Amino acid sequence: MTITFRKERLDRGIKARSADIYALASWRELAYLLAPRMLLIGGVLAFPLLRGLVDAYWLRVMLMACTIALLALSWDLMASVGLVSLGQAMFFGIGGYITGYLSSTLKWPPFITIPIATVAGALLCATLLYPVLRLRGIYFALITLSLPQLFERIIEATKILGGTDGMSGLTPLPDITISLYVIIAVLFATFFGFRRLIDSDYGLVFKGIRDNDRSVIAAGINIYWYKAQAVFIAGLPATFAGAFMTHYNQFVGMSSFAADYSVLPLTSTVVGGIGVFAGALLGAFLLVPISEVLRAYGTLRVVIYCIALVVFVVGRPEGIFRYAQRKYHQFERPVAVEE
Amino acid sequence: MFASILVNGLVNSVILILTALGFSLTFGLSRVANFAVGGLYLFAGFAAWIFLRILGLPYAVAILLAIILTGILGAIIYQVLLVRVRGIELSEVIATFAVGVAILETFRWAGFVTYEFNLPSFFKGRLEILGTVIDYQRLIVIGVGLFLAVALWWFTHHTKIGLGLRGIAQDEHTALTLGIESDWAAMLSVAIGSALTAVAAVVILPLGIISINVGYEVLLLAIAVSVLGGLESTVGLVIAGLILGYAQVLTANFLGPQWMLVVYLAAIVTVLAVRPSGLLGRFKEIEERV
Repeated sequence: MTITFRKERLDRGIKARSADIYALASWRELAYLLAPRMLLIGGVLAFPLLRGLVDAYWLRVMLMACTIALLALSWDLMASVGLVSLGQAMFFGIGGYITGYLSSTLKWPPFITIPIATVAGALLCATLLYPVLRLRGIYFALITLSLPQLFERIIEATKILGGTDGMSGLTPLPDITISLYVIIAVLFATFFGFRRLIDSDYGLVFKGIRDNDRSVIAAGINIYWYKAQAVFIAGLPATFAGAFMTHYNQFVGMSSFAADYSVLPLTSTVVGGIGVFAGALLGAFLLVPISEVLRAYGTLRVVIYCIALVVFVVGRPEGIFRYAQRKYHQFERPVAVEE
Repeated sequence: MFASILVNGLVNSVILILTALGFSLTFGLSRVANFAVGGLYLFAGFAAWIFLRILGLPYAVAILLAIILTGILGAIIYQVLLVRVRGIELSEVIATFAVGVAILETFRWAGFVTYEFNLPSFFKGRLEILGTVIDYQRLIVIGVGLFLAVALWWFTHHTKIGLGLRGIAQDEHTALTLGIESDWAAMLSVAIGSALTAVAAVVILPLGIISINVGYEVLLLAIAVSVLGGLESTVGLVIAGLILGYAQVLTANFLGPQWMLVVYLAAIVTVLAVRPSGLLGRFKEIEERV
């Protein structure tokens, strides 16, 4: 008789006690819960202080990572209502163009144009998407895939808003450290805000629409109105990202609708884990730096990206975050199995 | 002017129908949205090019090999990837989209970007119809397109395999109880769809050069035509192809070529918003889309 081993996984005691309510018995348990959170939050907050130590290039990469993280959070909130978007670039581009227009024609300063573009852009996107919110699954995905390209072509064809040249020479943002802290603050506000939102009763309706929209209709709730609200809320961080990057680059053009801004957030969320906002954040902060390192390989990095996307979608759909979380909260030990 | 619009519109329409045939067939038969069509299209083009120019095979053999190879690639994509995420639409879409982009960008990275990558016409020469000059290759495109549209309609409506495949699309569980193996059928439908995309590629690509961006455009066109026609209706597909093809020529003539893509995209968005099942799509409208 041979003895084989299998892995037995057990939840740590602290996990069982703190899954819903935090009943902590010691500093050690407090540290156990806080350490991974503080490591990430502190890491992000401390990064801009490294200004003298790291190349300024990496600060720009950080800015890009925050942008993609905002778009990824936005994607994840839409996905939690069951709206799968293949075109987050639409939000990004609309936010960028509104702020670009306000800045170049009316010469308003960024601290006025960015908030206006954020709210007006999200409102515009929600209005534009309202007629197609009836669609589900891949049909909504098809619409969102084509919308950014439609805007791009319309701008190219009508030559409005600067046409193919875009609008350049916009008011720059102050110093990069300040810019970074602004976007990090917005990022954290969005992250914690969305987490709270989705756990509230209001968020429960969102999740209900995703899981079974018909029963939500049967409960007497107008799901299209809720979906529109979800698109508006999800649009806010994305249009902010667009407006912010427009001022940072001092330029807005058709490249704001580029597929990058749709594919990167999607990949980040899928790799990090769909449905937990922390996954979207983690994915963005992992993928954007990796993508910068791979820049030397030219378009091969897009291939690597796609392979990562396929591997995670097919092989590990729970994403890195849930995987890491599980490992952190569990013991593993081999147990003998008799055959 | 009128005759030229008539003839060019027809050519464009048939090109669109051919491009969309593979995507539409796969979706109609197994509800797998194969977003890798762009990648498969160029894979077929470059495969034919390699067989022809580097291995020196006869043109007909090269084309046949390219079509078969693309079909096999489609089957592999299904067996390796899609079978694991079957039924999860989002995962299917993301996985196939990523595969398509990966294929395209691999070719770009490998340097398949210059003007030497082109396929020769099947026959040289041209013809005059209604005062409009049209070369033989375009006539072949029309012929192949019409033949395939009719052949596929016959295949899906009057053969056992075709009916079985449609059964899977309509109600998978009932089809299973009748002995139709769902995974096998889905693999077959992806393989046939891929092979059809390859046919479209080898017939259409001789009209221009093989460029990577064509691959991205193909996906967009295939989606536009399929969505407009209704994703599971062959007749709808043909009508949608005609509408978009003529719309394309008319916009190019009267508004300017830069408006052509706007017309497509606006068509997708409007149709999905107003009549989500497409012009002639019928079944499962309520459950799947709205």
